Amino acid sequence: MLRYILKRFFVSLVTIWILITIVFFLVRTLPGDPFTSDKTTPQIRDNMMRYYGLDKPLPVQYAKYISNLLKGDMGYSLKYKNRTVNQIIGNAFPSSGELGIRALLFAIPFGILLGIIAALNHNKGWDYGSMVIAVLGVSVPSFIIGGLLQYVFAVKLKLLPVAQWKGFEYTILPSIALGLNTLAVVARLMRASMLEVTGQDYIMTAEAKGLPIYKVVWKHQIRNAILPVVTVLGPIVAALLTGTFVIEKIFAIPGLGHHYVLGIQNLDYTLVLGLTIFYGAFVIIMNFIVDVIYGFVDPRIRVTK
Amino acid sequence: MIEINKELFTHIGINEEYSEAINRPSMTYWKDAGRRLKKNKVAMAGIFILILFSLMAVFGPYMVEFTYNSNNYDIIHQPPNKVHWFGTDALGRDLWARVWMGARVSLFIGLVAAVIETIIGVVIGGLSGYVGGKFDLYMMRFIDIMIAIPELIFIILIMVIVGSGVLPIIIAFAITGWLRMARLVRGQILQLKEQEFVLAARTLGADTKRLVFRHLIPNTLGVIIVTLTMAVPGAIFYEAFLSFIGIGLRPPLSSWGQLANSGAQVFEQYPFELLIPAVFISLTMLSLNLLGDGLRDALDPRLRK
Amino acid sequence: MMEREKILEIKDLHVSFDTYAGEVQAVRGVTFDLYKAEAIAIVGESGCGKSVTAKSIMKLIPMPPGRIKKGNIVFNGRDITGFSRKQMEAIRGSEMGMIFQDPMTSLSPTMLVGKQIAEVLMQHQKIPKKKAMEKSIEMLKMVGIPNPESRAKQYPHEFSGGMRQRAMIAIALACSPKLLIADEPTTALDVTIQAQILELMKELKRKIDTSIILITHDLGVVAGMAERVMVMYAGKIVESGYIKDIFYDPKHPYTWGLLKSVPRLDAENKEELLPIIGTPPDLFSPPNGCAFAARCKYSMKICYTMQPEMTEAGPGHKAACWLLHSDSPRVERPEGIGRSCCNE
Repeated sequence: MLRYILKRFFVSLVTIWILITIVFFLVRTLPGDPFTSDKTTPQIRDNMMRYYGLDKPLPVQYAKYISNLLKGDMGYSLKYKNRTVNQIIGNAFPSSGELGIRALLFAIPFGILLGIIAALNHNKGWDYGSMVIAVLGVSVPSFIIGGLLQYVFAVKLKLLPVAQWKGFEYTILPSIALGLNTLAVVARLMRASMLEVTGQDYIMTAEAKGLPIYKVVWKHQIRNAILPVVTVLGPIVAALLTGTFVIEKIFAIPGLGHHYVLGIQNLDYTLVLGLTIFYGAFVIIMNFIVDVIYGFVDPRIRVTK
Repeated sequence: MIEINKELFTHIGINEEYSEAINRPSMTYWKDAGRRLKKNKVAMAGIFILILFSLMAVFGPYMVEFTYNSNNYDIIHQPPNKVHWFGTDALGRDLWARVWMGARVSLFIGLVAAVIETIIGVVIGGLSGYVGGKFDLYMMRFIDIMIAIPELIFIILIMVIVGSGVLPIIIAFAITGWLRMARLVRGQILQLKEQEFVLAARTLGADTKRLVFRHLIPNTLGVIIVTLTMAVPGAIFYEAFLSFIGIGLRPPLSSWGQLANSGAQVFEQYPFELLIPAVFISLTMLSLNLLGDGLRDALDPRLRK
Repeated sequence: MMEREKILEIKDLHVSFDTYAGEVQAVRGVTFDLYKAEAIAIVGESGCGKSVTAKSIMKLIPMPPGRIKKGNIVFNGRDITGFSRKQMEAIRGSEMGMIFQDPMTSLSPTMLVGKQIAEVLMQHQKIPKKKAMEKSIEMLKMVGIPNPESRAKQYPHEFSGGMRQRAMIAIALACSPKLLIADEPTTALDVTIQAQILELMKELKRKIDTSIILITHDLGVVAGMAERVMVMYAGKIVESGYIKDIFYDPKHPYTWGLLKSVPRLDAENKEELLPIIGTPPDLFSPPNGCAFAARCKYSMKICYTMQPEMTEAGPGHKAACWLLHSDSPRVERPEGIGRSCCNE
């Protein structure tokens, strides 16, 4: 088990390093240098050039960038003067993280529940109903869900605030808008997984033991069906990230996605670079954590690897 | 009741024609799949909607006298009416024309991107699985690492560097999208190679060409088609998403994501401007997902009864 | 022998499955009795309905699409044909146990083996968890698993195929049931392991006095295990009798065919293995006459038009074949069948 974790950890580190390298060289292929912009004074530009050592050859720059990164330093934003990328991430991450966690807390339990209900009522009304919700959730992009929720619940019904991030009632609409897609994905997967497990021999063994239906379903079916859902948690977190970009934009939440989109529109390269690496590393680390969790949950992996 | 008499006991013996008779009509794999797809009303509805939208993408813009980029500041933000069937936008452009021009772009990007990533994925994945050895080993390590980097980050980065437009979007999708397909096809091929019928074909003297074209490809095609169908809505979604956050396509060029973006900015006053493109994006994604589900059910040999 | 208590009576059992193409008549009128502490075998090709018969006794066929169309199942004096799921739950696991063909997939992969045994005990004997775990260790010991204490705390994937089947037997026998149904218990195992599992089943049968229905397609497995044999073909029993009847004096051409297709080490004249030509009929539309007629070397006109009844061929020995009819021409059994074949 320890070897498995160490191996996964090492692979994750390598992946992050490759990500940084790719991002670094991709940005360097841009014509000119990333600090030439109308918004920067020559003085700042010179500071930047010195700060990153852009006057030196590429390999030296790369080494410098990596060593800065290792110190946790991602440089200054080009748009917001005197603010480092670190500060921006530090300020924005809590909102994004909270939004993401709220969305997950809403999406995963309800998704699993919906999938179970659908599978247990296979080819009946509940199944069709749940799957209509699920396929809509998969098909309708989060920015549309977000817009519609805003229009119905905030503009028309005036039940909840339209936008901003100032308290619990502000978090409800964005969390639902962000989580609905995940809920749908989880529900579909859970349903498929439950149906797959239904046909397994060990379910018949459980039936042959004379267990009541709730025990067969709970201890044998759900317990085995839930494993594949754990494996997609990594990709789900990554997909949630995509969602935060638009949800933060629609609901004017001062999170990372909001800054990322602004950064792109403002050609704030240091910020985009820093955020890209932060996001990438975050998703890779989440994947690593999910792998480790999976190793603990599935006894087959626990021993063999 | 027949009377039992000696005559009935005349010897007949083995009746081979009878004993080998198959009472059910035989059905080829594709015929059977077609039959099951046709029986799937939801999937057929999806096909119908997709055909309708494709036809409208071709002819729709010519059904009104306005072009998608003709401004008219006298008639901005008009709700749907007899002259402008879908209303007009902030610059007084006819939304009917813009929606169907957008359909061209969105559907084109979705289809082309999905086809390109499928081709690359099938070729690399197929080779990797079939050839095996070192090529396979390095290829899979490469894909493992690339897949761990969030797709969106990559796409955004490529878009930032290459610039906005239809071609950059397709390139960005092609670069990131083939990884999954390659992995899938490789897995399929490896699985098939292990199976007895391939071994049997080889023992019977089938050459490589026959093996690849008669056994490996037909048995992988189902999975490939389903994945391709699922990749199209993915590409349409990303295009809409990128345009929505402002780095996909730029006005006056129209795409559904672009229209949703413009609509979202004024949706509190003119909700139809977001609603109309939202309905088209959602319906298209829904149809493609339903078709994909239908195809998966129809093409899965395990479901044949 | 007839004085023995009847554990199970199957009367004219019909089981069908409703599929998109119509009704598949998997079991078409099966009748047999099983006595206390007796072992019988149901033998036949795959798809002959033997597994469906076994599963309908425990009501383990999925309904729908499956349904018991006709007939009765009387278990331990009660007619359980119409029993509800709740009523079945009380019987399954406690009074009847079942072992399945593939031990690799019949244990839940995410539950400790000991727990899977303890589960039955907790369900039916209402004993606390700790006691049930202790008893499950005893069960593992009884089925011959070394180090049962540590094995109970392992997952199925840490067990070999033979050990998993032993664990399955432990589950099935945990509550000392009156009836054990073994559905091809050795088919998925290596030959050496097969013998061990059969030996274990025989030993346990003696120990807890349970009756056994052994489902198999392997006549070699039957010989050492069962007292009586039912040969099934296309959803019907075509011949039934004591082991010596079936091996020494078989009456039905299908049984002849089955015996001819079993390899034998003792045959001095190195006879050929003869397969039964053709395939069983499609149970969507079973033929009017004898289902085996078309594959039968000895078939007659009547075989295609009328179903033969089960006819007495000796004490406790019956076969459904027109050759047994008084009007039938005398047919000699093919060479090599009916001599010594089983090490009894």
